[in-house]
Order: sequence, then structure tokens, then C-alpha cells
Amino acid sequence: MNPALLHSVVQIADDHLILGHRMSEWCGHAPMLEEDLSMPNMALDMIGQARTLYTYAATIENQGRTEDDFAYLRNDREYLNCLLVERPNGDFAHTMLRQLYFAAYMHPFWEAMHKSTDNTLQALSFKAVKEIAYHIRHCGEWIVRLGDGTDESHERINNAVSALHPYTAELFEVDEQRLAGIELGIFPAQAQLRQVWDKTIDQIFHQAKIKVPRTDFNQSGGRKGLHTEDFGLLLSQLQYLQRAYPGSTW
Amino acid sequence: MSTEPSMPLWEVFIRPRVGLHHKHVGSLHAADSTLALQAARDVYTRREEGDSIWVVASKNVHASDPGKAAENFDPAGDKIYRHPSFYDIPDDVGHM
Repeated sequence: MNPALLHSVVQIADDHLILGHRMSEWCGHAPMLEEDLSMPNMALDMIGQARTLYTYAATIENQGRTEDDFAYLRNDREYLNCLLVERPNGDFAHTMLRQLYFAAYMHPFWEAMHKSTDNTLQALSFKAVKEIAYHIRHCGEWIVRLGDGTDESHERINNAVSALHPYTAELFEVDEQRLAGIELGIFPAQAQLRQVWDKTIDQIFHQAKIKVPRTDFNQSGGRKGLHTEDFGLLLSQLQYLQRAYPGSTW
Repeated sequence: MSTEPSMPLWEVFIRPRVGLHHKHVGSLHAADSTLALQAARDVYTRREEGDSIWVVASKNVHASDPGKAAENFDPAGDKIYRHPSFYDIPDDVGHM
């Protein structure tokens, strides 16, 4: 059992579950039918990756827990997702931008994981990289159109950038557990991912006629289990069934 | 001023696999061809329906007049000799 690896895998799994859950909240509420299919598609990609990661976490831990125990039966402080992914959906611009920020980080991550010394994560990387590449494309195309669209769409995407950009630095944080994984060649160096992320965002923002803001204060805490107020509400919905009817299956 | 709708209609064609034809599967709304292709991917290929997509702006599809269906199509009705069904196909030829 490698506690550092377990910690990092749970962080990544939580990112995917929580972002997938947020995206799934759009199901039936999207601005148009086409996006009502597209957003749950992306949610299912996220949740599918989370399932593989939780199952792996349970294997590393070797205490008899399952993916469901990780997903449904922990308290808020035990979730290690970054704050970005738990931010409320806001409007369509917020949701597209949040997904782009995350996908632009995960794409170079999974690409680098093709060379990971961890066989399970390496195997997942080949599936995940294709899914996440599409998320960048889909959300990126929308952001270009929102930014370079009408006055209202431009204002909305700019509001989203102001609101969400301070949450992006946390993606690149390195704690001692992650550092151990990087040194073992399991995970790529965060600085390397940052370069690719900056380039992706610069390129899309340039096309969208949006400025990349300078943020003097960055939000952080989720990776250590310190979440925003909205997170409790998210969990109460996500966990409701397992909490109200423990062990229920269907 | 343009009277184009901001979300025009597109016709979607999917090819199930290499060697087969693109087939019309339905339509969708999208702002432009790029988003139409993405929407088509999300709406019509969720169950591995194909490996290639075409989208065509519906305004570019010109249809025959249903009121002229009789004069268009009925004359073919009694020309059974146009079906090549009078030949014996050797087994070796396989499916045609």
C-alpha cells in the first residue's frame, strides 16, 4: 500500500466525479436539445473515468472498500477535488469555461501518463485522452463563439473568466504526496502541464477576443479537503440515495 | 439586414463504416458547420453508429414537389424489366 499514491489518485478521481456531477445537473435544462445531449455525454466521460480511478484507489488501499464507498460514503472534508470543479454551473458560459479549464489541464496530463510507471493509470490514459480532447474542442469552439459573438455573449464569457480564473492555479499545486509520485515517474511534473495549459488557453482566448486575466489572489483548499459552501449542497444531492437507503442497488 | 436564423437547421448523414454510404439520419440546429458537426457527433453517434459524419445546411437541400409525385414516380411502376432480376447469378459471385 502506497498512501501517497492513494492520496493523489483520490484527488484526481474526485475532480472527475464532482465535475461530472456538476455537468450532469444540466441534463434536461440545456439551452438547446443538441447541448442537452452533449453535456451529459461529457458528464458520463468524467464519471466513467472517476469509476476507474476509484476502483484503483480501492485496490491500492486494500481495505475492502469499493468505488461506491469512495463516491457516496465520505464526508466533505474527505473529498480532495480542486475547488474549480465544484463551482456552481452558473450560465452556459460558466459551464463551458470551467470544463475547458479542466480539460486543458487533463489533456497534457493524460498524454504524459502514456509514459507513467504505473500500469493502471497508464492504461486509463489511452482512453481518457481521447475523451478529454473532445471536451477541449467542444468547449473551446463555444468559447470562441461566445467571446466573438454578441455583446451579451461577450459579457457573459468575460464574467465567467473573472469568476473562474482565480480557481485555475490550484490545478497545478504540488503537495508532498504528488511530489513523491512525480519522483517515482508515476505523474508528470506540474510545470510542464502548466506550459501546455497556458498555450491552449491563450490560443482559444485570442480567437475568442478575451483577455487572459492576471489574478493576484488565487483560490485554493479543495485539494486538502477545504471546500466552498456550494460543495455541501452538491454532496447532499449526490449522496442522497445512498445516505437515505444505505446499500440500495438497482 | 440578414434574415438568416441564428441557429439554422442542418441535415446529418452518417457513414456506418468504411465502404458504405453516408445515410441521412436526421437533423439538428447549430450556428455553423463546425458546431453542427460537433452536435451531430453528440446526438447521432452515441451508440457507435458510424465513423464519418456529413452535415448539410437544410436550405441547400432541394426537394421534389410532393404534388408531382404521381407524374414523377408512377411511370416507373410498370417497367418491371428495369429490375435485373431475370438473370441467374452464379453462387461464386456472392452477394451483389
